[in-house]
Amino acid sequence: MSTRITIDPVTRIEGHLRIDCEINGGKVTNAWSSGQMWRGIESIVQGKDPREVWLYTQRICGVCTTVHAIASVRSVENALGMEIPLNAQYIRNLMVAAHAIQDHLVHFYHLSALDWVDVPSALKADPKKTATLAQNLSSWPMHSTQVFSDAQQRLKAFADTGQMGIFTNGYWGHPAMRLSPEVNLMATTHYLQALEVQRKANMIVSILGGKTPHIQNLAVGGVANAINTDSPATLTMERLYYVKTLIDDLGKFVNEVYFKDVCAIGAAYADWTAIGAGVKNYLAVPDLPEDGKGIACLLPGGYLPGGDFAKFHPIRTLQDEYFQKGVQESVKHSWYQGEWTRHPWDEETKPHYTDFQDNGKYSWVKAPTFYGQPAQVGPLANVLVMYAAGHEPTRRYTNLALETVGKQLGQKIPLEALHSTIGRHAARAVRAAVLYEVLQNQWKNLIENIGSGDAKTFIRPEFPKGEVKGVGYHEAPRGVLSHWVVIKDAKVKNYQAVVPSTWNSGPRNGQDLPGPYEASLLGTPIADPQRPLEVLRTVHSFDPCLACAIHLTDTEHQEIVEVRAT
Amino acid sequence: MNILVLGVGNLLMQDEGVGGRAIEELEKRFRIPPAVELLDGGTAGLELLNQLGCRDALIIVDAVQSGKAPGTVIRFEGDQVPAVFRRKISPHQLGISDLLAAARLIDLLPKRLVLFGVQPAELGTGLELSSKVAGVLGELTLLIALELQSLGVELLLKNAPHPPALTLSGKKWPLVQLNPCQVVLS
Repeated sequence: MSTRITIDPVTRIEGHLRIDCEINGGKVTNAWSSGQMWRGIESIVQGKDPREVWLYTQRICGVCTTVHAIASVRSVENALGMEIPLNAQYIRNLMVAAHAIQDHLVHFYHLSALDWVDVPSALKADPKKTATLAQNLSSWPMHSTQVFSDAQQRLKAFADTGQMGIFTNGYWGHPAMRLSPEVNLMATTHYLQALEVQRKANMIVSILGGKTPHIQNLAVGGVANAINTDSPATLTMERLYYVKTLIDDLGKFVNEVYFKDVCAIGAAYADWTAIGAGVKNYLAVPDLPEDGKGIACLLPGGYLPGGDFAKFHPIRTLQDEYFQKGVQESVKHSWYQGEWTRHPWDEETKPHYTDFQDNGKYSWVKAPTFYGQPAQVGPLANVLVMYAAGHEPTRRYTNLALETVGKQLGQKIPLEALHSTIGRHAARAVRAAVLYEVLQNQWKNLIENIGSGDAKTFIRPEFPKGEVKGVGYHEAPRGVLSHWVVIKDAKVKNYQAVVPSTWNSGPRNGQDLPGPYEASLLGTPIADPQRPLEVLRTVHSFDPCLACAIHLTDTEHQEIVEVRAT
Repeated sequence: MNILVLGVGNLLMQDEGVGGRAIEELEKRFRIPPAVELLDGGTAGLELLNQLGCRDALIIVDAVQSGKAPGTVIRFEGDQVPAVFRRKISPHQLGISDLLAAARLIDLLPKRLVLFGVQPAELGTGLELSSKVAGVLGELTLLIALELQSLGVELLLKNAPHPPALTLSGKKWPLVQLNPCQVVLS
């Protein structure tokens, strides 16, 4: 007899996701990932001026506003085959790298760490022992007994109000929680510190982008920042140097706290390197262009089928045909009319809701494929692809993470350990460390370019008569994001956004092959079906953001874990 | 005084975007003094934490499922505000609920907290508000202006040679006092 569990909605994510699992003999034997909201951005932007579309697309999601803005302007620039000024690339690069670091910090500490860290247990910790432990791990200055004792008091006061707020929905005391009270206190203290630190990343985006959460400075053809080294109303040297101090502060936290916490938690849960791999076709796009056309990208992209380095296919530029031709989406198992599999430029968005059909249609999310295969996207894909491409900082930080965990466990950890639930967290920390170096480098390049007398930030786009097509892609915090636009007579004729969480949370595709969430859950051990913490660990490790995969229609749902024998 | 008026909600989903639309309307109708910052927060959550520091008051405007007639405005204050978002009466509770809890945890939560919630009528895909909700935008912004006035900040109407100060007696709608914390506009 098997047990069927339904988690609806999965909490501590953006948007509304439902996960169903069949459990036999204490392990997941079948899984379904279902997006419960419909997205309609495609219909909203039809007929609009392509120069304005980014203003709407950044509203798709509350978390990833900047990334949808970037992908949108890139799609129009690609359709027009236009170059943008170097300063504009550097400013965009600084914004996306800072945003990504903020996103990774929030994901680890505020959205997923609570799957591994037992917060109430931290109340029992000895702050002095915690300080000794933390000081052995890292040189971060905020590791005194006093700091941990204060954090513990703060937590206690919070718990005493009876409103656990962000700490509700944790599976406290679950048998799969295995950190000591001291490690739990250390991690929870970093949770509080990360709340402060992520604000600094946000300030970088805010200074360059004019405002957050919705940046104001983008334009098809560049950025709207006027650069003037003395005028207070523009991007001045003073502001740019302030950005530099924020970058420095971020770097200390990323390297001394985030990276080391992930290694420590990875070592404590080393068995989770054998769980949660799923789809091993990894896809990542190149990003952070350092020229006007997007040919020379600082971070390489590529496709790694089966995780096999021998089969690695690079994707080098923002104009790559191999990428453009490989992407398709299927609606065979999604709530849209028909059973087609099509290229994004040729898609239509006509909803057709049925009900939850295990073998039929069961999700608002479409199923993307790359040359017919499901592909995993996100930091793990990004890191493995950059590793395969020989990207030096990625190799250095990946090896450092594996060595750090290896030392704690007294054994060598192979690169293959990354194909796992815990591997996705490790890859995100590696990526954050790489992006910190990128921030430093792009800041320096921007300053040098301005210093050379170049103050240009914008080139006016010219729209031809007739039809042009473009794709803009961006390696976003959750992975490959692509916006596909068809422009006719300077108006949007068709628009499709294939977002990272669509790649990962997609249902079975046209050939009935499961999507990455679904495949990753197969074989996961479940200690207690009533409290399926293990399922959440793997799903959360992808950093689901269904708010942009789809949209909201339902408001009355309370979190339900429904368990029934079938 | 340092006050943030934060509109939240998704502009792409009709009445879900009433918070952002209220911010636009405030900018259009009033001269905003330096003590007040208006922000369209969209559907962001923790990303807004940076905006809460050093504020004396936070006024949130959002679509709230109160079960009342479409367009009904309800005012909440103090501890009621996080409770509304925790009870998931707001369609994008997750972000704001986390934001308020996180702000409290690191002492960034402003002392005065007010929420104006508008009962949505239409939550489909689209940039336009429903006529019911669009019809209360004017009154909603006046309520926000009066709230600011009660905090000691005068908002003056634009486009008037000698802008008259706002008073409660200038209202055109019936104000029903439900209890000390709730004002229902119907």
